[in-house]
Amino acid sequence: MDTDLIAASVRASSPEIIVIIGACAALMLSLWPHQDQQKYLTWLSLITILLASAQTLQLSPRPVNIVETTYSGMFVVDAFATYFKMLLYLGTALTILMSGKFLQTEEAVKGEYYVLLLFALAGTMIMVSGADLLIIYIGLELQALSIYVLTGFLKTRGRSVEAALKYVILGAFSSGILLYGLSLIYGLTGSTQLGVLNSALATADLSEPMLILATVFLLVGLLFKIGAVPFHMWVPDIYEGAPTPITAYLSVASKTAAFAVLLRVFMGSLIGLEPLWSSGLAAIAVATMALGSLVALVQDNIKRLLAYSSISHVGFLLLGIIAGTTSGMSAILLYLLIYTFMTLGLFAIVILLHRDVRAGEPLTLFSGLAQSHAGLAFMAMIFLFSLAGIPPTGGFFAKFYVLVALIDAGHVTLAVIAVLLSAVAAWFYLRLIMLIYIQPAEPTTGSTAAPATGPTGHARAAILLSAPMRLVLLFSFSGTVLSGIFPAWFLAMARQASLSGLGN
Amino acid sequence: MPVDFLPVFLMVAVVSGLALFIFTLSALIRTDNPYPEKNRPYECGVDHVGEASAGLFKVQYFVIAILFVVFDVETMFLFPWAVVLKDMGLFGYIEMFVFIVLLLVGFIYAWVKGALEWEF
Repeated sequence: MDTDLIAASVRASSPEIIVIIGACAALMLSLWPHQDQQKYLTWLSLITILLASAQTLQLSPRPVNIVETTYSGMFVVDAFATYFKMLLYLGTALTILMSGKFLQTEEAVKGEYYVLLLFALAGTMIMVSGADLLIIYIGLELQALSIYVLTGFLKTRGRSVEAALKYVILGAFSSGILLYGLSLIYGLTGSTQLGVLNSALATADLSEPMLILATVFLLVGLLFKIGAVPFHMWVPDIYEGAPTPITAYLSVASKTAAFAVLLRVFMGSLIGLEPLWSSGLAAIAVATMALGSLVALVQDNIKRLLAYSSISHVGFLLLGIIAGTTSGMSAILLYLLIYTFMTLGLFAIVILLHRDVRAGEPLTLFSGLAQSHAGLAFMAMIFLFSLAGIPPTGGFFAKFYVLVALIDAGHVTLAVIAVLLSAVAAWFYLRLIMLIYIQPAEPTTGSTAAPATGPTGHARAAILLSAPMRLVLLFSFSGTVLSGIFPAWFLAMARQASLSGLGN
Repeated sequence: MPVDFLPVFLMVAVVSGLALFIFTLSALIRTDNPYPEKNRPYECGVDHVGEASAGLFKVQYFVIAILFVVFDVETMFLFPWAVVLKDMGLFGYIEMFVFIVLLLVGFIYAWVKGALEWEF
C-alpha cells in the first residue's frame, strides 16, 4: 500500500468525507431529544455544507486545466466537478433553509430529514466527481435511496407515500437499465474508467449492434434520471406527492448531478460515439420541450405545473449537449446555475403559500397575491419571468447562450423550434403572473373560512417570513436578477469550468 | 466472442445434469411414505398459520433482516482482513476502524430507535 497515494486520495475526497461525517454527526444528534433539536440540526447541516464548500474551493485546481485523478483513476477533482459541487451545495443549503417551516406545519420534524439530505448531497457529489462508471453508479444510488425516503417523508399522507413507492419502483427500474448499459460497455471495452473508455471507443466500429445497444441503455438510464420524454412519466406524480422542499431538491440538485454525469459520460468518454446518439438526443430534446410546454398549459396544480416546466427546461438543456461544443457545455453549466436560483425561489414562495398537504397546491393559491403581499408577488413575478426566459432576468440569458451555441454549431432548425416552444411555455408562466396580479383572491371554499375577511374577500392567513425563508428568497432573487444584469460574469465562471475538459 | 463463454455453458450443463442425476437416483432408491405432517412446509418446528400472502407481517422481521445483512457483510470483510492484517500494517488497521465506526453509527441509531427490541 502506497501511503502517499492514499493520503492524496483522502485529501481529494475530503469534501465528501466532511459531508458524510456531518451526516453521521447529525444522525447522532437526532437521537438526542431536545426541544431545539431542529435548530441545531439545521445549523449542523449548514455548517457541514459550508465547511465542505470551503474545502472544495481550497482543492479547486489552479490553474483550472489541472485534473487531479485519485483512487486509481476512479475519482477526479477538476474545475468541472468543483463548479458542480458548488452548485449542489447551493441547492442543498437553500433546500435545508426552506424546509424548517414546512416540516413544522406538516408536523414531520424529524432529524432523519437533515441526515438524509446530507447523504443525498454526498451521493450527488460522488456522482459529479466520479471518473468511473461504477463510482458514478454508487453515487447515484446513494442519492436516490436517500431521496426515496425523503419523498415518502410525510408518512401519514397518502400522496407522499404513493409518490415514494412509485419513485422506488421506477428508480430501481431505471437503475437496472443503466447498469445493463454499464455492463455492456464493460464487456465491450474491458474497463469502466471513463478515461480508458475514451481511448478504447475512439477506434470502435460504430455499426456493431452491441455498441449501439450499450449506448442506448446508458443514455436511457440517464435520461430517466433527468426526466426527459419519453422517460418523464414519473416526474409529475413524484413532484406532486413529495414534500415541497424535496420537490425543490429533486428538480434542482438531483437534476444537476444527473446532468453532470450525462455531460461527463457523453461529451467526454462517449464523444467518439456521437453519430450514434446525437440525432436521437435531438429528437428527445424537441419532444421533451414540446411535451413539457404543452402539457403544462392544462395543469391546475402548481407542483405539477412546475414538474412539466422542469421537463421543458430539461429539453432546453439537452440542446446544449447536441451543440456539442465547449460553448454549448458552458451554456448548460450557466443554465443549471440560473435554473437553481429561479426554481428554488419559486418553490420557496410555493412553500410560503402552502397551507396543508390535504389542501394540495392549486394554482389559485397564487391568486390575488399582489394585493396582500406586494413584495412576494413581485419576487414571484421575477422568478416566473426568468423561468419563461424574458429579459432582463437570468432565465433569458440561460436560454440565449444555449441558442447561440446551437446556432454556432449549425443547428439552426433546432434553435428555431426551441424558440417557438419556449414561447408556448411562456404562456403558462404568464398565466400565473396574471393570477397574481389581475385575479382577485379566491375566497376559501372550506366552511371554516370566516365570511368577513376584509374588502378583498381575502382568507389568506398572514404569511410569516421567517429568517431562513428570507435568506432563501434573498439568495435566489439576487441570483436571478444579478445573472440577468451581469450575465457575462456568470458565463465566464461557467466557461472556465467547462474549458478545463472532462477529466480525461 | 461466443466461444469464450464455452466453459460457462459447459458448467451450466454439468450442474443441471448432476442435479437431475441426483434427484432421479434418490427418487429411485428412497422409500416413499408421505403423510400430511411430513408434507407441510418446513418452518423450524413452528406450526405455520395461514397463507404467507394473506396476512400482515410484523415489520420487525424486515428490520432484523436488514440488520443481519449489515453485520453479515461486516463479518465478510473482517475475516479476510484478519488474515492479511500483518501485511497491511497500521494502514489496514485504521482502514477497518473507519469502516467499523461508520457501521457503529448506524448500529447506535438502530439501537436507540428500538429496532433491536421485539414487541409482541
